Formats: sequence, C-alpha cells, structure tokens
Amino acid sequence: MIAALTTPYVAWWALVPLITFAVAGFLLLTVASLVRRLPAVLAPAWTAVAGLGVLLYLVPMWSRVGRDGADSFLAGTVGVDRSSIFVTGILAVAVIAAALISRDYLPREDLPGVELYVLLLMSAAGGVVMASANDLIVLFLGLEILSIAVYVLAALHLRRIESQEAALKYFLLGAFSSAFLLYGIALVYGATGSTNMVRISAFLAQNVLVDDAMLLAGLGLLLVGLGFKVAVVPFHAWTPDVYQGAPTPVVAWMAAGVKAAGFAALMRVFVLTLGTYVSDWRPAFQVIAAATVLAGAVVAVVQTDVKRMLAYSSIVHAGFILVGLQAATDRGNSSVLAYLAVYAFLTVGSFAVVTVVSGTGDASHGLDAYRGMGRRHPALAGVFTVLLLGQAGIPFTGGFVVKLGVLAAAVDGGAYWLAGVAMLAAAVAAFVYLRLLVAMYLEEVPSGTETSGAVPLGALVVAVASAVIVLVVGLVPGPLLDLARDAVPVLVAG
Amino acid sequence: MSDYLRNWLTLVVFGGVAVLLVGAFLGLGSLVRPSRQTSQKAVVYESGVDPQGDMWSQSNIRYYVFALMFVLFDVEAVFIFPWATRLEVYDVFGLVEMAIFIFILALGLFYAWRKGLLRWI
Repeated sequence: MIAALTTPYVAWWALVPLITFAVAGFLLLTVASLVRRLPAVLAPAWTAVAGLGVLLYLVPMWSRVGRDGADSFLAGTVGVDRSSIFVTGILAVAVIAAALISRDYLPREDLPGVELYVLLLMSAAGGVVMASANDLIVLFLGLEILSIAVYVLAALHLRRIESQEAALKYFLLGAFSSAFLLYGIALVYGATGSTNMVRISAFLAQNVLVDDAMLLAGLGLLLVGLGFKVAVVPFHAWTPDVYQGAPTPVVAWMAAGVKAAGFAALMRVFVLTLGTYVSDWRPAFQVIAAATVLAGAVVAVVQTDVKRMLAYSSIVHAGFILVGLQAATDRGNSSVLAYLAVYAFLTVGSFAVVTVVSGTGDASHGLDAYRGMGRRHPALAGVFTVLLLGQAGIPFTGGFVVKLGVLAAAVDGGAYWLAGVAMLAAAVAAFVYLRLLVAMYLEEVPSGTETSGAVPLGALVVAVASAVIVLVVGLVPGPLLDLARDAVPVLVAG
Repeated sequence: MSDYLRNWLTLVVFGGVAVLLVGAFLGLGSLVRPSRQTSQKAVVYESGVDPQGDMWSQSNIRYYVFALMFVLFDVEAVFIFPWATRLEVYDVFGLVEMAIFIFILALGLFYAWRKGLLRWI
C-alpha cells in the first residue's frame, strides 16, 4: 500500500496575479509561434490587458486580506499580505506602461514584435514571486525569473551594439550578484537552520547566537546581492551603461518594475526576517544610503547624456528609498512603498518622453535633442517638466510627498545626519533636472535638428497619465499614503 | 576554537594529507623511473590515433542552438526521472504538474522550431 501524497495547501486566489502574468506570457508565445503575421497591436494590447486585469483583481484581493488577514501557503514558502499586493500593483502599472511605450517603439526601430512582451510578462511574474516570497529560496527563484528575462530584454535592440554591450554587462554582473545572494542564503541557513523567513525570524527571536559571525557574513552577502539589483552605491556601476544601452521601454521597466521588486525583497529579508539584527545591519544601510544619494547626485550633475542622467537620478532615488528602509519601522515601510509607487510613475513617464525624443535608432539622448523642446513640442515638454519637477521633489508634486515621507521616517528613528545628507543630495540633484528644463525652454534649437513629427500615442498616454498622477498625488496625497500605511508587510507561518 | 572551525580544521588536515600523499607518490615515481624522452612521447594523446590538425580549432557557432536544446531536455529529464519512479504516489496531482512542466518546455522547443532555429542554414 502506497501512502498517498498530501499536497500542501494552496491559496489559489492569492496566486492569480502570478498565474495571470505567466499564462498571459505563455499564451502570447504560443499564438505568436502559430500565427506567422500577428496584427502589430495584438501583443501590446494583450500585455496591457493582462496588467490591467491583475490591477483590477488586486482590489478584491486587498479587501480580502484586510478582512481575513495575511496568509501563507505552499508549505509556508509563499505569503500574501498587503505589501505584496501593493508591490504587485506597482509591477502591473509598470508592465502596462512599458507595453504602451513599446507599441510604437518596436515598429519604429523595426524590431521583431512579440518577444519583448513575452519577456516583460515573465519578468513581471518573477517580480510577483519576489514580492510575496516567504522563503529565501523562493525569493531567489523569483529574482532569477525576473532577471533572466531582463538580461534578454536589454539585448533586444538587435542592431545597436550598445544594447548588446548593456545586456552582457548586466548579465555578467547580475550572475555575479546572484552568486553573492545564494552564498548569503547558504550562510543564513547555516546559522539559523532554515531558509524559511518565518522560521528564521522566530529562531532569531528565541535564540541568542553565541557566535554570530556566520549570520553576519550571510547578512552582508544578502545585502550585496540585493543591493546590486536595486543599484545602490557601491553596487551601482552597471546602471548608467545598461540604462544607456538598453532599449528605452525596457529601461522604463527596469527602473520601475525591477527596482520595486528588489526593494520589496530587501524589505522582506532585512526588516521582516532579520529584524532582530537591525542594530547590526542598520549602520551598513545608513552608510550605503548616504553614499548612494551623494554619489548619485554628484555624478548625475556632470552627465551630458540624458539617459545616463536619469540612470544616476534613479540611483539617487534608490538611496532615498534606502533612507526610509533603514528605519525598519512600520512608518519607514509605508514610506518606502509610497516612494516606490510614485517613483514608478515618475520613471515610466520620463522614459516615455525619452523614448519619443530619442528618434529612430534610439540614439539621440544628448542634451541637444532636448534643446528648444518647449517650442517644438509644447505638450510633451510640459509633461516632462512636471515629471522632472516630481523627480526633483518640488512641493505640490508626488515626489515631494514621498521624499518627505522617507525623511520623516529617518528622523523618527533618530537618523538626523542621514536625513540631512539626503536633503543636501536632493538639492544637488535638483540641479540636474533644472538643467534639462533650461535646455528645453531657454536654449535655442540647434540648427540642423529636424522638427520631429507627431508624438506616438502609447508613449503620450503613459507620459500624460504619469504626470497627472504625480500632480494629483502631490495635491491630494491622502489616498496613496493611506494605501501605503495599510500595506503593512507581515510574515505569517504556513 | 569553536566547534564549527574545528570541523573545518579536519577538512584542511584531510586536504593537506591528500596533497602530500599524491605529491609523495608522484615524486617517488619520478625519482626511480628511467627517463628517455622521444618525440613520439611528446605527441598529444588522442586515444591512440595520430593527432590531426591544430589543437586550437573553432567549432561552428550554429551548434549553440543545439547545445541549448540539449540543456533544455537534459533538465527536463532530471525532473521527469524522480517523478516517474514515484508515479503512483503523486497520482493525478503529479500528472497535471508534469503535464504543465512538459508543456512549458515543449513550448520553448516549438517556438524555436517556428522561428526556424532548427534549420541548418
């Protein structure tokens, strides 16, 4: 008599976002293999609908988790709480935006049509796994699903050598950082006897390690591995090159989606799982955050390529998010989530504009391309202005609200010097955005620049919608802050 | 010294003994054996056949697709074998899971085929 296998409990309702992304990708790949000539609009529409479906489904999921509390399933390896739902929402928004931007980008660059969307959906599925992982191994799986798709995405522009270079750099450094992460997981497992986040945190709460060198080494390696993914100094060196070389819609996804998933992972691993060791990892986080905001802001000032400029500005943003994260309080967590949400809109909108300006060949990213834009494309320049002011953190934009949130969380935790450094860096970084604005409005159109034609619809929709949302959040911050406050990350035993 | 480090010490000692032992045998052998070099002996060993051409040869880049396909199905086999030995235990659940797994892998092959990657140009 063979004992039947008892399958673990699965909360299928909580897996719907993940399954939607994955199945949407598989179906798209199947259809694209079967049908030789797909209508060009099908793949982006399909991807956007999948993202929209997930976004709508998150609403009942949110209230269900609010009613029944967080849950954990698949033998305690996957959890669902409101923070994972929140991050999934950010990922869905980023997917929709990237799909809309790509709709016009791919035909313009004469690139094959379907792979980008398939990889985008797969990568989003990986991000959802990361945001809801309750086990370090599952977290690693999610990270790899996310990253491998993005490595290929970065190389998608077949005829630009910079794109290939970006993909190779990203792949090599990414593989390296994955190794760091795995080694960190192994050491943490060695020190605590489990890879399950719930059990690790319970073990550390109940036991005092006589010799915690191994745990601290594992903790450091985890920080290196995840720090690479979210691009904080000193693990940021790949960012400008990859952002510059990769196709611009992909960069929008990288900056908004990958970063959101990476910070969700950092939050789950450090604040939730290793919360008892906060006094050990907080100094490291603070130093890294300070170095990130300063180095990112200072180096951004001397850039002449707008994509590199935005890459460094994304590094500054990562530093700011870390400022909120190191507080390791509920307030800090909610400020991080709110920052991630607004930052996602800011970046997808900015890169939508950059996609339009870059012109055929995805090559004109110099400041010249932006000179006199206020006269050539008043609408686009206006939208870009709002997004840049939002990135700078000017009051009455969403950027200000969330920057205030992370700084308040840091001050709350007594990290006054860090808040001061971050504010200083924000002032330096503001110069970068102002310089772009000056180029757009006050400088003459260089002779020989052709006046580019109509703005493609997809990118325009993304840019305008993001600008509107950034403004609305700036004027009426309540709803977003309430959502972020309710999105408490918790670990529940299975 | 903690217990943890003591365990590593065992490993280090064991590794050291292994290196010493092999070194001693090889060194002893080179001391006692006669040494008569001929040109025949310096030739690259190719399982008894006379070596032909340069050692540094390039292989066709087109093989990489097949190498990737091989990895694909190699990994598939790694997961199918343990499943097949415990087929009764996993029952319908296992069947469905494996069907999904194989479907996803087959989709990759199907995609490569439709893309014309399997054609030898």
